[in-house]
Amino acid sequence: MKQYIKKYYYGDYGEGKNGAADISTSGSSKQEWPLWEVFIRSKQGLDHKHVGSLHAADAQMAIENARDVYTRRNEGISIWVVESKYIHASNPDEADALYDPANDKAYRHPTFYDLPDELTHI
Amino acid sequence: MEKNLEQLFQEKIDKEIRIEPKDWMPEKYRQTLIRQISQHAHSEIVGMLPEGNWITRAPNLRRKAILLAKVQDEAGHGLYLYSAAETLGISRDEMYEQLHSGKAKYSSIFNYPTLSWADMGAIGWLVDGAAIMNQVPLCRTSYGPYARAMVRVCKEESFHQRQGFEILLTLSRGNEAQRRMAQDAINRWWWPSIMMFGPKDDESPNTIQSMKWKIKRFTNDELRQKFVDICAEQIKILNLTIPDPDLKWNEERGHYDFGAINWDEFWQVIAGNGPCNKQRLDARKKAWEDGKWVRDAASAYAAKRVARKEVKVA
Repeated sequence: MKQYIKKYYYGDYGEGKNGAADISTSGSSKQEWPLWEVFIRSKQGLDHKHVGSLHAADAQMAIENARDVYTRRNEGISIWVVESKYIHASNPDEADALYDPANDKAYRHPTFYDLPDELTHI
Repeated sequence: MEKNLEQLFQEKIDKEIRIEPKDWMPEKYRQTLIRQISQHAHSEIVGMLPEGNWITRAPNLRRKAILLAKVQDEAGHGLYLYSAAETLGISRDEMYEQLHSGKAKYSSIFNYPTLSWADMGAIGWLVDGAAIMNQVPLCRTSYGPYARAMVRVCKEESFHQRQGFEILLTLSRGNEAQRRMAQDAINRWWWPSIMMFGPKDDESPNTIQSMKWKIKRFTNDELRQKFVDICAEQIKILNLTIPDPDLKWNEERGHYDFGAINWDEFWQVIAGNGPCNKQRLDARKKAWEDGKWVRDAASAYAAKRVARKEVKVA
């Protein structure tokens, strides 16, 4: 199983040494521009949201390319880029254990409380 | 009984849970996706070439601006798809290498020449129409990054088809020579377009597994039939004809019957013997090689700036 999770490069993939620049399955990859993750704020007041990735030589080029690739139809008013190798991610195989603490705490939700119907504005 | 990884994987697929890059997946699933997504990306990139031919020859500024925007979209679609494929562990350079060496395929439709302006109309209406038919179900494909890329592609693609139909409609309402030009383009692009759906179901070895993994949602023949049914109606608005004497409404089936496809031609074009295979690949390789100094210069500039920053910090 190990072999399937060894090579991951973009988005949620982790550790610096696995960044796109390190892919060396073919000789030419050495010259490949690094991979960047692109986040776009579609309008003022909303979060930046991950939209995809692209290759660029540096941050400025990544932003300019992101404008051309991801905002050709006014999809954004602000762009963040981050080199993919700097993104760290949780491991899906450990999801059960990782999120387990929240599973038995239904009282964190407002619907947990059984209150009379005549009670309003609460 | 303990379930193995493959069974758990299939259960997720059956429950319509999307597969994401870090999830376990059978190696064959990964390979099938890399092949399909990269071919798809290559098709977008090579697909710019037949249309690029007409940018400088567009009949007016409006048409030229539209065609430029469409070709730019195709570059964007190629990039979305390459990124999606990269999440499966293949590098961009490896994919380029596979395209340039001829190891990877792209849609055979782009190996046909664009002889007149009307071809821009026929490509938009038929080629993009067929592509959309293929792509809409892929928005629900089981691999998350591919599905997300396809949602963006589909949103943008519908203008491509509409502008194509508009070109044909304008020509069809023009003079006799313009009508002839439109009909000629449809005559040449019809059959290659319906070949775009791929071999018949019983000759499509990958279909069964791809359906089971929900990479594909409909078979080649199902999509082809849907496309023929729609076009057979739309052509009436153009007052032109589809070049198939056997095209006829079949009341019993509730579909249009259509004539036999020349599969020999299809396989010939895939094998590299289409009218423009060599030209397309040469153009693509030349662009890659001619761009090398730009890529190198940008890398050198980025490295220099990093070095300067390090000196300052020190």
